[in-house]
Amino acid sequence: MTIGLGHYLFVAAVLFTFGVLGIFLNRKNVIVILMCVELMLLAVNINLVAFSVFQGNVVGQVFAMLVLTVAAAEAAIGLAILVVYFRNRGTIEVEDISAMKG
Amino acid sequence: MVLQAIAFYVFAFITMASGAMVVTSRNPIYSVLFLILAFFNAAALFLLLGAEFIAMILVIVYVGAVAVLFLFVVMMLDIKITALREGFLKYFPIGALIGAALLAEILFALGVFGSGSTTITALDRAGARVGTMENTRAIGQVLYTQYFYLFQAAGAVLLVAMIGAIVLTLRRRPGVRRQRIGEQLFRPKDQTITVVKVPTRGGVS
Repeated sequence: MTIGLGHYLFVAAVLFTFGVLGIFLNRKNVIVILMCVELMLLAVNINLVAFSVFQGNVVGQVFAMLVLTVAAAEAAIGLAILVVYFRNRGTIEVEDISAMKG
Repeated sequence: MVLQAIAFYVFAFITMASGAMVVTSRNPIYSVLFLILAFFNAAALFLLLGAEFIAMILVIVYVGAVAVLFLFVVMMLDIKITALREGFLKYFPIGALIGAALLAEILFALGVFGSGSTTITALDRAGARVGTMENTRAIGQVLYTQYFYLFQAAGAVLLVAMIGAIVLTLRRRPGVRRQRIGEQLFRPKDQTITVVKVPTRGGVS
């Protein structure tokens, strides 16, 4: 009945898979894709913190904080790009974003 | 110990279920709200692990800043919800196939199907190690000494992100009248004041 490292890793694996699944499923909404990226980063953080605690080494948690920082920066920049794109084109559908296709 | 296991299963189930709802829910606002629920429950999982500082940071940064930012953007852009869900079924088979393959690979690496990784089982047998000092102090003692440059680099990343977001969304509209104080203050005297010789009984034309 003891909760071990494997339990936490299983939760993280399921969350990461949902993130990847969401990127494939949502071909219309860029915001949901950004949310799926956040979900995957959360799964990575769960992995880092679980390994850090079970190894008795606090450096994993420091690294998790850095991942958190990058996630926040990525969300801010991504949403800013999204707002500018919506202002210019009036849509955020993924299939319409093909202006840079050769 | 049993209580801790029950708490773990409850929090883990809610985390995974709300992760699924983020992906499948029809309305993007519901997606954001389920994302917030997933973050809260992940923070509870971190508390169970004994990483209190990361749990609190997760609540403050993710729920307080990132999720609210998402909520702002979802509500600011007017998106037709019905049009957004087209093509969900078209991409479902390939997405489910790739997702199932990925999950099976990760679980195989974890050793769910039989022969597990020896490192994970060894760590599992050792159990969670709680240090003698509290979690926040332990993080602070390495973060501000050994990883100080990394900490500064994280701050620089946030600064660049902030400036980038402002520069991207700043818009100058041509028709708007606005007071430009700098230009007002730098006008030279000969443009501002003209001395006119007024003839008697003539007035200024």
